[in-house]
Amino acid sequence: MSLLSKVEELSGQNLYACYQCGRCSAGCPMADEMDLLPNQVILLTIRGDESVVEAKTPWICAQCYQCAVRCPKNVDIAKIMEALRLIKLRKNIDYIKLEKIKKNLPQIALVAGARKYTG
Amino acid sequence: MEVAYYPGCTLKTNAKVFEESLINAFNKIGIKLKELNKWYCCGTVYSLATDNLMYRLAAIRNLIKTKEEGFSKLIVPCSICYNTLKQANLMAKEDEEAMAKINAFMDEEPDYDGSVEVLHPLQILAMKLDEIKRMVKKPLNKNYACYYGCLLLRPKEVAIDEYEMPTIMEKLVEALGGSAVNFPLKNECCGSYNVVSNKEAVVDRVYRIITNARKNNADAIITSCPLCHFNLKEMQKEVKKLHPDFVEMPVYYFSELMEKAFKEG
Repeated sequence: MSLLSKVEELSGQNLYACYQCGRCSAGCPMADEMDLLPNQVILLTIRGDESVVEAKTPWICAQCYQCAVRCPKNVDIAKIMEALRLIKLRKNIDYIKLEKIKKNLPQIALVAGARKYTG
Repeated sequence: MEVAYYPGCTLKTNAKVFEESLINAFNKIGIKLKELNKWYCCGTVYSLATDNLMYRLAAIRNLIKTKEEGFSKLIVPCSICYNTLKQANLMAKEDEEAMAKINAFMDEEPDYDGSVEVLHPLQILAMKLDEIKRMVKKPLNKNYACYYGCLLLRPKEVAIDEYEMPTIMEKLVEALGGSAVNFPLKNECCGSYNVVSNKEAVVDRVYRIITNARKNNADAIITSCPLCHFNLKEMQKEVKKLHPDFVEMPVYYFSELMEKAFKEG
């Protein structure tokens, strides 16, 4: 299955609806931490460029839905980011090692982190 | 009046002050928050995969418990729990196929139909502003930046207020005799669970958010999310290391302000 089909299936989104206006990236509060901007993630996924699966961006996404509510084409980019995370997580490739977290964090952070960063 | 209330994990530990102040403040305006006898972790952040319903079970199970305990409304103070339960409930109402699977899977429990109304306490308070004004003994007399973050407002289907221009917390602050300052970054994410894996990014967001509140003359910042609260409060120490001129700002839950304003003497 192609990268694009996988992402479309997992996210339920039509990536071709995106016309690269960049509004998602303009509003993204985490954009300056990312290696690919949200609109670039869509572009590379459409092109079938597998490097997007290795990018930092899906793991930096905090699922705040700012992109999703502002997209003029109603593409839910948060779901696309989730799909890209799942492509790794479902191969048992976790983004973090839970046993290495030593910081004194509240449950809400730990459970959310475990949900998004581990399979 | 008695309403069912779902605390979630963090209101029982790090955010105990949120739970206590909220229960006290609601008592003062004649609403008893009755904790569900039995509840489970909601699973925190809502899962967005189209093909895995397992992550919805915990949220749905809490909604079933609410009905079983005889309630039709559920108050959820934690922003993340609110968002997850509200989105799961929306799915229960709209996605028949998914609910048929979930109900078949959870065959030891009654079927669920989406009939519980999931509410955030700020939505209740917005309807009680006159009672709140009458209860104020010590007007707040300070400037507050109302920080919504992401999950009270987005996705827009679960927003507790106008999702780009919320004012529900500002109205509460004004009713308590405080001033709500202009705060452009009030609905910008604090970095959320990035604090687990990428703390520096959260430190940077917190610097931006607090600096924006400070620039608009806020004396303190208020929130309803235990994760925003943790990030905004605890990461200020890290901000200070990077920016020695940075002046720290107190962070409160909105219910703490209510308790403060309602206190005699």
